[in-house]
Amino acid sequence: MAQNILMPALSPTMEEGNLAKWLVKEGDTVESGDILCEIETDKATMEFEAVDEGVIGKILVGDGAEGVKVNTPIAVLIEEGESDGATPAAAPAPAAAEAAPAPAAAAPVVSAPVEQDLPEGTTFKSQTVREAIRDAMSEEMRRSEDVFLLGEEVAQYQGAYKVSQGMLDEFGAKRVIDTPITEHGFTGIAVGAAFAGLNPIVEFMTFNFAMQAIDQIINSAAKTRYMSGGQMTCPIVFRGANGAASRVGAQHSHDYATWYAQVPGLKVVMPYAASDYKGLLKSAIRDPNPVIFLENEILYGRSFDVPEIEDYTVPIGKARIWREGDDVTIVSFGIGMQYALEAADKLAEEGISAEVIDLRSLRPMDTETVVKSVMKTNRCVTVEEGFPVASIGGHISATIMQEAFDYLDAPVINCTGKDVPMPYAANLEKLALVTTDEVIAAVKSVTYR
Amino acid sequence: MAAARKAKKSNVDKDELLAFYKEMLLIRRFEEKAGQLYGMGLIGGFCHLYIGQEAIVVGLEASAKEGDQRVTSYRDHGHMLACGMDPKGVMAELTGREGGYSRGKGGSMHMFSREKNFYGGHGIVGAQVPIGAGLAFANWYRGNDNVSFAYFGDGAANQGQIYETFNMASLWKLPCVFVIENNKYAMGTSLQRASSTPDLYTRGEAFGIPGESVDGMDVQAVKAAGEKAVAHCRAGKGPYILEMNTYRYRGHSMSDPAKYRTREEVQKVREERDPIDHVRDLLLTGKHAAEADLKAIDKDIKKVVIEAADFATQSPEPALDELYTDILAEVN
Repeated sequence: MAQNILMPALSPTMEEGNLAKWLVKEGDTVESGDILCEIETDKATMEFEAVDEGVIGKILVGDGAEGVKVNTPIAVLIEEGESDGATPAAAPAPAAAEAAPAPAAAAPVVSAPVEQDLPEGTTFKSQTVREAIRDAMSEEMRRSEDVFLLGEEVAQYQGAYKVSQGMLDEFGAKRVIDTPITEHGFTGIAVGAAFAGLNPIVEFMTFNFAMQAIDQIINSAAKTRYMSGGQMTCPIVFRGANGAASRVGAQHSHDYATWYAQVPGLKVVMPYAASDYKGLLKSAIRDPNPVIFLENEILYGRSFDVPEIEDYTVPIGKARIWREGDDVTIVSFGIGMQYALEAADKLAEEGISAEVIDLRSLRPMDTETVVKSVMKTNRCVTVEEGFPVASIGGHISATIMQEAFDYLDAPVINCTGKDVPMPYAANLEKLALVTTDEVIAAVKSVTYR
Repeated sequence: MAAARKAKKSNVDKDELLAFYKEMLLIRRFEEKAGQLYGMGLIGGFCHLYIGQEAIVVGLEASAKEGDQRVTSYRDHGHMLACGMDPKGVMAELTGREGGYSRGKGGSMHMFSREKNFYGGHGIVGAQVPIGAGLAFANWYRGNDNVSFAYFGDGAANQGQIYETFNMASLWKLPCVFVIENNKYAMGTSLQRASSTPDLYTRGEAFGIPGESVDGMDVQAVKAAGEKAVAHCRAGKGPYILEMNTYRYRGHSMSDPAKYRTREEVQKVREERDPIDHVRDLLLTGKHAAEADLKAIDKDIKKVVIEAADFATQSPEPALDELYTDILAEVN
């Protein structure tokens, strides 16, 4: 009986991919384990093997096809002797498609932020967050010989998440350094190199693994300047994926924003848009202090407009107003911005005008911009994926209470991830994360709608 | 008796021996004074004295050259004095005063000198070891021939990050001398109770790092071993491990009653292996110095230490607005 061969999901966050090349043709007999085709994900080019034996009846998606959604039929496998492969047997997309979790959210139409500081006539190019990070690192490495990248799989593998793609070729093995899987050790070595005046960029495959190294980050990198009476500097960047990806469970989904934001001696950045990834990472690399640069795996593949400005930097410690509004201030950062912006779009349809602020930096935090906005809107909702206890939202609430108490028409509501370790089950994971609907409900609550 | 040990007859350089004597004696008298100031409440918190271990830093500094770096744990006063930091600044840091190396914000365990390439002074057991390898990494990256010395104790030798560091230091051939100051006790836990094998110098074998056991109470032996290790590193052959067999006379810190060992055990080392008496004997028996010369040195050093203590007690406490300075470096 003919059956469809479906576009496979080859990584936790893959929603679509490119069919690079078929290695079989119609009429070929294949056995289980034979390589059928090469599929390009956002991270790598992978070989896709046959699960069942049979004959390739019909190829439905040809070489070079881009943006093929997961679970799309790409070929029909027929049994020996069967003649017709053209009509896919059974339902076009079998039950698997329904059972598969909905992707975290279809890539939203990214509304352009209110830009304050760009020169008139600035042109933009569409770039993924992944490319923006790589460009920021490469530009800074071209600028200064003292800048180098080290981490697991950053060089020969081209980055576990393909962020450092091409960098080994350009800069060589001395400046793009594959480390053993040994976070505590290589972080300490990088801190020592920074004490000696070099500018290391430490990539953690994810910040979950930085827990192995957090002593070096906090006790050595963050505190030494103070303990030395200002003699020592530690110009280092710790960067990598932070927070939930998709279905990777409790040990790979933790959002550390608030942990690091608490520590004097560190700067902490958690951008949303590719332009900020680029501009803030360049600033982070130049900063004479240790900077925690929190990225998001789901955002890696997302495209944004990036200003085509030579040496584009964004100052650490300045929030960005994405859209202006009068009725409520929604404050967020990182991927939380996705929910904040979606909510603002939907609320606008209902006549509620939300001002959306992207904090971008968590330490130092631009609470001034937030307070100023709340003085105008008199209401505030915060949005983050991290846990509710001792959250960034909690800190913002306290700041607003202290600095704009008389302006508030309603208590501030903090939309956060739920107070549970991240579950694996698709439905539970969805429930554990903050949602656009929750943001909308919170806004309606503070605006008494 | 110390003199009964085989002294190297050859290569006895009178001036060098005298210099060793002075440097070791400075550390000892400084530490005795620090202990005294602690007892008077002028030094607070934790204070870990180096008495007994003086030959290690003095011998190794004699094998170092300008540009080499050093980093150690919280038992750091000796290292600072040996690399030429000012006793006044060190003592004033112990008393938490403005005149201290960290302007009173670091304390006994956290002091630094960029000028002398002294990178601390670290309070977390073992954390200084990857940092030391990182200093060596910077030397490798810049292609100079500087070497870094990463000191740690027998207790830290059981920390996991040391082995992560050994692996990378050897893999990348980093010019780092790992100095294990084995003073037999990790706070109150003897080496026998904490280590599966007694020979710490072999701890690098799995990583292909050569190691050597050294009499850490014999300053000349220390220097000779240091020269060998440093030559290995400068030749681009990667790291080297030196296990310095030594002994601390005082408790782990000032608040440690040291009930885990007998008074006799301490006394025996003091009488038979004291590193300063050893050099003193060499100087006197070799007729390199007379009793009167050594007495004059003792007197000079006492004066230096008293001046340091005076400075440290007279220097004012840091201004209150210092609370908020030195947290971040200014962005250019």
